[in-house]
Amino acid sequence: MMKIALIYPELLGTYGDYGNALALSQRSTRRGIDVDVMNVSITDELPDADLYLLGGGEDGPQRLAADLLKKSSLKQRVANGAHVFAVCAGLQILGTSFCVEGNDAYEGLSLVDVETTRGSVRSVGELLSQVGENKMVGFENHGGVTTLSPGIEPLGTVLHGRGNNGHFDGFVTETIWATYAHGPVLAMNPWLCDEVIAKVTGNNLTPLKTAADQLYAERVTSLSSR
Amino acid sequence: MSSRLSLRGFLALSALRTVNSLSRGTGRGSGTVAGGRVGLAIYPKLLNDLSKNRQVILVSGTNGKTTTTALCVAGWGDKVCSNATGANMPAGHVAALSGSSSPHVVLETDEAWLPVALEATNPRVVVLLNLSRDQLDRATEVRSIAERWRSALSKTAHDLVVVANANDPLVVYASESAKNIRWCNIETPWTSDAVSCPKCTQSIVRTSGSWSCVCGFTKPGCVASVSGSEVRIDNETVQTSLSIPGQFNVGNAAMAATALDVLNVDPSKSLTSMKSVTAIAGRFAVRTWQGRKIHMLLAKNPAGFDALLQSLSPGTDDVWIAINARIADGKDPSWLYDVSFEQLRGRKVWCLGERRLDLSTRLDYANVTYEVVNDLNSLPKTSDTTELLANYTAFSDWMQRTTA
Repeated sequence: MMKIALIYPELLGTYGDYGNALALSQRSTRRGIDVDVMNVSITDELPDADLYLLGGGEDGPQRLAADLLKKSSLKQRVANGAHVFAVCAGLQILGTSFCVEGNDAYEGLSLVDVETTRGSVRSVGELLSQVGENKMVGFENHGGVTTLSPGIEPLGTVLHGRGNNGHFDGFVTETIWATYAHGPVLAMNPWLCDEVIAKVTGNNLTPLKTAADQLYAERVTSLSSR
Repeated sequence: MSSRLSLRGFLALSALRTVNSLSRGTGRGSGTVAGGRVGLAIYPKLLNDLSKNRQVILVSGTNGKTTTTALCVAGWGDKVCSNATGANMPAGHVAALSGSSSPHVVLETDEAWLPVALEATNPRVVVLLNLSRDQLDRATEVRSIAERWRSALSKTAHDLVVVANANDPLVVYASESAKNIRWCNIETPWTSDAVSCPKCTQSIVRTSGSWSCVCGFTKPGCVASVSGSEVRIDNETVQTSLSIPGQFNVGNAAMAATALDVLNVDPSKSLTSMKSVTAIAGRFAVRTWQGRKIHMLLAKNPAGFDALLQSLSPGTDDVWIAINARIADGKDPSWLYDVSFEQLRGRKVWCLGERRLDLSTRLDYANVTYEVVNDLNSLPKTSDTTELLANYTAFSDWMQRTTA
């Protein structure tokens, strides 16, 4: 049984972020892996889970989500081996600080030593990055520039789009994945979704054919030619 | 009309008409918006001048503004001036006003342009339908629209009446700064953009028929409401029989009638006249394509899509869905995951449009039966009317493909 907690969908659910929970659960159950997806509301205590999902959100809700998570057991649970997959505003919250409503730095969870400042322009558009041997496709829409401290590894190298700073996208640690590609990034990138499931469950996954294979191939081709 | 205009306004209007006739002559569309742009460039106050001494209703919101504008026009009676082509920014407003001298005006207004239109047209009534996520890659986030409305409405005069949907907390937040408000109790199933309070970001608590937040922000009392096909405004109850489908359109009609009631049009009269609206720029029309009858349904965002999916007749009939992601649609199709396609289980969906693979992926994860249509000739033939749901440019493509 893989327990997935979708964190504060009412705050961090702006860009189809339910898509990641859906893809994880469908790609697991179709292989016979039981999954329990829990929606964690802002009035709920953080439940025990193997994987916590953080989505994208607007400034005010992002600040409230950060405040609630700072008071929660998330940091402790990650220290004890729980995994996190975060996108967009969720990525920013995991760092030491981020910017909302202007340029005031707001304190993050400090789970990872990265800092987000406000970029001079918003980064909006399709994103293509090289993650290990695979390409990752997605859509980004954010105003942040994220700087990784030495020793923090980016998730991918940007081939098209902006990501953290035009060069790298997101970050990855032993138990955390973070990317600026929001919403259904795991639905669009079946290999990445499977990598997350394999890591969290410790299973070797059997191959699975889904409609997403065609979509993924089409987006990679379309973005690689630009 | 010239009595409304200054000399500069008159010159701007002449230039606008020249551009209109030129672009019509060269076959480049109606030219109205192009003319409006030229007029505004010559005289930025042209919209103000053209609106003088007229009764203006503005209609805005994420979903239903074109339909509600058409319902207001039909309910008001003869010769109402309106931007019927859906050109809902100032150039389109100028184009509409310059083409008609009617004292009665209804203008569909883009959400982002509402503050400008409020200032320029000095409306008697503003209808605010709903606010939800839509084309987030182009528009800014929905809460900032609510903030801008709130700020603009706080500067308006006492004689402006705001007709606003009390079941949408974002609309209530935006509207409550106005001085004279007629709240409408309109069923609003989409709640995902106002789960947290627009005032304090705490959770909004919904009970049957109401909502509130711990900070004191709560649903206001209403003067108008809808129950099934019945509309009540103040103490008058009217049974509606609209020609366009969907419970959401009864809500749109109720808000249109509430707006017209402010201008002394009796609701029983206006709601009866609204029956004449059968299709708006193809929306809700049944059209023909290769011997098939196609019911044309436009849905541009999750709230609109959910409302249309709920309006489908129950059963297992196939549905055609066409999705594009061009600039006018918003280039990010992530919103497909905010639509509850799960309710289509038991039907087969034919995936059309340039982003049909994004749709098929979404449907696959929803365990809905689907087929990706790479060749339109492979679509099934049936004598029944087929429901086609399409987003903005995909809808235009199908309007061109089909005939009336």
